[in-house]
Amino acid sequence: MTEKIGVYVCHCGSNIAGVVDVEDVAKWAAEKLGHQGVVIARDYKFMCSSLGQELIEKDIKELGLTRVVVAACSPHLHEKTFRIAAQNAGLNPYLVELASIREQVSWVHTDKAVATAKSKAVVSGAVSRVIENAPLEEIKVPINPNTLVVGGGIAGIQSALEIANAGFHVYLVEREPSIGGHMAQFDKTFPTLDCSACILTPRMVEAGTHPNITLLTWSEVVNVAGYVGNFNVTIKKKARFVNEELCTGCGICQEKCPKKVIDDVYEAGLGYRKAVYTPFAQAVPNYPVMDKENCIYFEKGTCKACEKFCPTNAIDFNQQDQLLNIEVGNIILATGYDLFDARRVSNYGYGRLPNVFTSLEFERLSNAAGPTNGNIVLRDGKTVPKSVGIIHCVGSRDRNFNNYCSVICCMQGLKFAHLVHERTGATVYNFYIDMRTAYKAYDEFYQRVLEEGTLFVRGKVAEVTDAARYSNERGKLIVQTEDTLAGKQRRIPVDMVILSSGLQPRHDAKEVGKMFGISCSTDGWFTEKHPKLDPVATMTEGIYIVGCAQGPKDIPSSVAQGAAASARVLDKILQREVALEPIKATVNKEMCSGCRICNGLCPFNAIAFIADDNVSEINPALCQGCGTCVAACPAGAISGTGFSNEQINAQIDGLLMKNLEPVGA
Amino acid sequence: MTDQFEPTIIGFTCNWCSYRAADLAGTARMKYAPNVRLIRLMCSGRLDPTFVLRALSGGADGVMITGCHPGECHYIEQNYKALRRFLLLRRVLTGLGIEPERVKLVWASAAEGAKFAAETTTFVEEIRKLGPLCWGKDEDGRMKDDEDIGNSSIKTHPSSFEKEVPA
Repeated sequence: MTEKIGVYVCHCGSNIAGVVDVEDVAKWAAEKLGHQGVVIARDYKFMCSSLGQELIEKDIKELGLTRVVVAACSPHLHEKTFRIAAQNAGLNPYLVELASIREQVSWVHTDKAVATAKSKAVVSGAVSRVIENAPLEEIKVPINPNTLVVGGGIAGIQSALEIANAGFHVYLVEREPSIGGHMAQFDKTFPTLDCSACILTPRMVEAGTHPNITLLTWSEVVNVAGYVGNFNVTIKKKARFVNEELCTGCGICQEKCPKKVIDDVYEAGLGYRKAVYTPFAQAVPNYPVMDKENCIYFEKGTCKACEKFCPTNAIDFNQQDQLLNIEVGNIILATGYDLFDARRVSNYGYGRLPNVFTSLEFERLSNAAGPTNGNIVLRDGKTVPKSVGIIHCVGSRDRNFNNYCSVICCMQGLKFAHLVHERTGATVYNFYIDMRTAYKAYDEFYQRVLEEGTLFVRGKVAEVTDAARYSNERGKLIVQTEDTLAGKQRRIPVDMVILSSGLQPRHDAKEVGKMFGISCSTDGWFTEKHPKLDPVATMTEGIYIVGCAQGPKDIPSSVAQGAAASARVLDKILQREVALEPIKATVNKEMCSGCRICNGLCPFNAIAFIADDNVSEINPALCQGCGTCVAACPAGAISGTGFSNEQINAQIDGLLMKNLEPVGA
Repeated sequence: MTDQFEPTIIGFTCNWCSYRAADLAGTARMKYAPNVRLIRLMCSGRLDPTFVLRALSGGADGVMITGCHPGECHYIEQNYKALRRFLLLRRVLTGLGIEPERVKLVWASAAEGAKFAAETTTFVEEIRKLGPLCWGKDEDGRMKDDEDIGNSSIKTHPSSFEKEVPA
């Protein structure tokens, strides 16, 4: 059968037409590719506009086109648009090919003649390929209405609540003993100076008691299998050594436990907890966990003080880790961030000079429920500082560490300045490179802190040292910096230094990304589907990223993203079924020799060997369509839908212009 | 237009990383040599070595294969399989009398538009130094008919016989 092909060349305003002679490309296609079946070739200002799409639809109907080639932007942008247009006109959507002459030609080349010639080759490749395209049907699979949310910080809590309130079930998994995340560590939030616990605790309780939320704290996801709509997730519920059904959360076990442990997680190393503990008073759930590594009983075989005093016999030293299997349709990752390790900037002295604090340490210091009851004091636990230096951009905007801006540090530094002022009356210096206070009421907060008398020095701090040169520096920390506004070097002696440390991806983000089948950027943050238009989805259908797992952000943005991802998930659930790309591999049993070369190549275990028939078989539900087995089959028995040998070979010939009519013929 | 040799290069890019790197190079308006024409595959693991041979025999002077960085494959590990095939293919090419340098493997993540652009330009320069691949072309660089190819001796760069490909 001869095909009737329509070729549509897009101007994209001047994006393509400015560099490529689009009229010439269209004219050329109609003339030189006519023997291939091109019956019409048009150029149009914006093919993706509704008028442009109508043009194609009209031609399909009136001219009876059987194949369509659109020479425009990247298929990642508008392949779907044109496939839908074809479908509207009654043509199978997979009989449409996009030839990228914007991202691959007009935007990257400058010579008009060369760019036009290359565009012709790209169009020629697409025409050759589209002839070999086969009509495909999307595969529809039902969506499991349950959702998994990984990470119980504010972003995860918000996601879980939105979905649960809409009436669907959510599994909320958190690796720490309580949900709350970093927000639970703060005293005040900028710029409103709301008490963090006052706004967070009700949300935590709501998530903890919601009938549609199964809360799994002290638990970690260990395996993920399946695909959108049908994920099968294995969760390790770590042994708590406390029977949740019997425990009333009275706290006697914590009181009686003789083992004190430095709390590196919740108290940022400033305070202590017991071996059996809840991280903080408002923890949700309020059952303690036993820290096996530090428990005296597990170490030496005796003690059991907690068990002796527990009024409800809830302590159970025989508990084992449990593996839970759950089935969910969608997954939201809200795994958060790690604080940049300030020890790495050795010239700022953190870890060596006792009165240099990190931002999280200061959060605990200023927290009324923290180790000092909210008194801002030096490392000795009693001296109130008379002068404090706050250094911005520690580990951020620095090629030696992280190139990116950590977004929250400026506002956090201003908040610290305000708190120090309010509670100690000390002189406060903010050492900044640029002041970035870009959201609603943020710059007003900066003005307020300025008016309170905080001193601002612009310039990157070179060093924090205790080596005094002058008498007024003795016993103090000296901040050595360039003041770029005054144009001179300064040495400013202070009692306390706070490092406004940057945010970093979780230390295990790479492994987590791998487990869920999503990628990380070069900086290590999870990669979103589109940086502007799809910031919460990922390249893997059914997996979403919210909050700081996606990149540094403040509380309002994290909450907004949590809600946004939930809307996307609810949309999926309400559709009841999801259409999967029909790009799959299939085995032709007649040709299969049973060599089993393909069996070991598939990472998704989609290929099984049927011993009785001596052939291999591919499970289309598990096949992800990578095509590695297609390329490997020595008998040519496996074909890959959408990327068949015929299609690719035709495209090669087309790109090399072998498909042109021989001269003189 | 100058008289210098402009090689024709076919590029195979995977859908998830390197095709997106090419898109990013476009979005960021990075300029690179216009000699490469791309074919999108779902994964570099889909690359059948015969595609490369077909491209070379059909008039391409070089082939660039790009995929996700090791450990970052959308299909977990299929780019490792592409790497293995690439190394074997280079040996086969040596045996056929074609400089193995005409086929290049590049890892480019979706964030590495700059790398994609730079590697493309470098590769074009490398192929330019090697000169046209005369397999299937007559003295003037025009394509021969298939029958002619069968009868003629294949012209190759003499250095290709001397170089051993590391496995």
